[in-house]
Amino acid sequence: MKIAVCVKHVPEGTSRIDPGTKRLDRAGEGALNHFDANAVEEALRLKGDSDTEVVAVSLGPQKALDSLRKALAMGADRAVLVSDDAAAGSDLVATSRLLAAALAKEEPDLVLFGQQASDADGAVLWAAVAERLGRPVVSQAMELSVDGGTVHVKRQTEHGYDTIEAPLPAVVAVSDAINEPRYPSLKGIMGAKKKPQDVLSLADLGVDAGDAGEAGSRTTVLALGDPPARADSQKIEDDGNAAQAIVDFLAEKRLI
Amino acid sequence: MDFDLSPEQKEIQALTRDFVRAEIEPHATEWDREHHFPREVYAKLAELGLMGTCVPEEYGGAGADFLAYMLVLEELSRGDAGVGVTVAVHTSAVTLPLLLFGTDEQRSRFVPPLARGELIGAFALTEAEAGSDAAALRTSATREDGGWRISGAKQFISTAEYAGTFLLFARTDPDTPGAGGISAFILDADQVRVTGREEKLGLNSSTTNSIAVDSLVDADRLLHDEGKGFHVAMATLDGGRIGIAAQAVGITQAAYDVAREYAKERHAFGQPIAKFQAIQFKLADMATEIEAARLLVHRAAWLKQNDLPHTETGAKAKLFASEMARRQTGEAIQILGGYGYTKEFPVERYYRDAKITEIYEGTSEIQRLVIARSVLGLAERAVSAS
Repeated sequence: MKIAVCVKHVPEGTSRIDPGTKRLDRAGEGALNHFDANAVEEALRLKGDSDTEVVAVSLGPQKALDSLRKALAMGADRAVLVSDDAAAGSDLVATSRLLAAALAKEEPDLVLFGQQASDADGAVLWAAVAERLGRPVVSQAMELSVDGGTVHVKRQTEHGYDTIEAPLPAVVAVSDAINEPRYPSLKGIMGAKKKPQDVLSLADLGVDAGDAGEAGSRTTVLALGDPPARADSQKIEDDGNAAQAIVDFLAEKRLI
Repeated sequence: MDFDLSPEQKEIQALTRDFVRAEIEPHATEWDREHHFPREVYAKLAELGLMGTCVPEEYGGAGADFLAYMLVLEELSRGDAGVGVTVAVHTSAVTLPLLLFGTDEQRSRFVPPLARGELIGAFALTEAEAGSDAAALRTSATREDGGWRISGAKQFISTAEYAGTFLLFARTDPDTPGAGGISAFILDADQVRVTGREEKLGLNSSTTNSIAVDSLVDADRLLHDEGKGFHVAMATLDGGRIGIAAQAVGITQAAYDVAREYAKERHAFGQPIAKFQAIQFKLADMATEIEAARLLVHRAAWLKQNDLPHTETGAKAKLFASEMARRQTGEAIQILGGYGYTKEFPVERYYRDAKITEIYEGTSEIQRLVIARSVLGLAERAVSAS
């Protein structure tokens, strides 16, 4: 079996938006999106001692190799980075196109994603990629197993769990509650540099520059604004009628 | 010139930091209070490869460089200085000298269990009347039945009660006083009797023991040549003191982190105390001295891993970092005021832990001797040897 795990290199610390480009400032140190560490861990758990191959895939600048190396240090077998100046500024639509092209080359049986990206908190890429690949997609996986040509997923919902199965090849986005990611070992860190790390350009993927980056994006950030200031808060002292006062307040705001 | 860490060094630092935040920092206060030696932590460190960071892979280590190992010691000590010293002694003072001075047979027999963290190492040099003047040691080793009868007592031995392998120094030539008559031996735990445990000012998650030896050991337990023990000890301390400097940097970084955050949150006279220049200057001095000490550590480590002379720079790193740690952990308490003096905050622990870095692996006075003899071109080791 072959499992591809899509990972993102995100800025470390507090995110800052560059007012000029209206994009996230990615100049500083970065790290593996911690939600993706759950996806890497799940791939490695499914692999166990078998000959399953785990490939970590990312789209980003050269620096994104740092995050791919973390995946390799944890135990992934190979890394693929799609990196091209023309890909900078890709929105969801363009990113999903490029990732889908890279995944199409790999032909994995299972594609795993983390539930969201911790920088801009996007949580739809897995759906967009699955759509482009024409594969079934299951999100918020709490439990995951593969049995022959079928993936079984226990999906977390607001009301309980859905038990879902889908034929492989498939795309699954795992919940951050699915596992506790392992620490990479020193041996893993030292060995990571010996594992294959391929960097692919748009040309390698056969994607036109006009379909990537800002040119290939369908969204434009028009303006950035601060969130509205919080309205004055009202403090209710409990003199025995606090519960009623809170209910009245919520009813007045039409919240209940 | 390149001041950037390599990708591997950065990843090893990040791994240690993540591990410390999750597995060490939350317990450090309790370990200090309960005087608990966290055995379980060493098993986990071993699993990650951190008990043999800079030991070559063929001997069971992770094969990283000495600087990466310094980064590990700094991060461990930032969480708990007792864990820091235990790993420092285990690696710098036992595993590395066995690797450096052992025969092929000794290396392949004794190093892998240490590097894999299956056994913890202890370094037994100091005696009741042989501290800085180590060449005055009286533990004896005499030839008996084709081996050596070792007998004597040692004190201030880190981790002795949990150690599996001892690097122990004894006098093989009773007629040669001083450095010349000393040899180094490799002992197992069952050849050593732990006779006591010190009550200390700090470093309470590590143990410091007195031991007694009266054992017959095989001839193959002699490390390096007969009479070369003092050379082994001094070469060990040359590298070991860089690790203690890294430990001092880690402790101070932890104190600075707490003091900086506190200064931003604590209000006095209507504003955060970080707005007062008196506090700002303290934080500026702390940040400056921490960075200076860290750069000395990194430079000494770089010299060592490139097989360049590092005695002088290592001594400078140890001297500056340890005195900086004692001074600046005190300033951290000052920033926190009365709260800093209480056990509600960890800075009083950092202050207690920092003091020892001016004493072990060569006191500040010995470091100054080493540096002075080097810069003045005086006979090497005549005094600094002790």
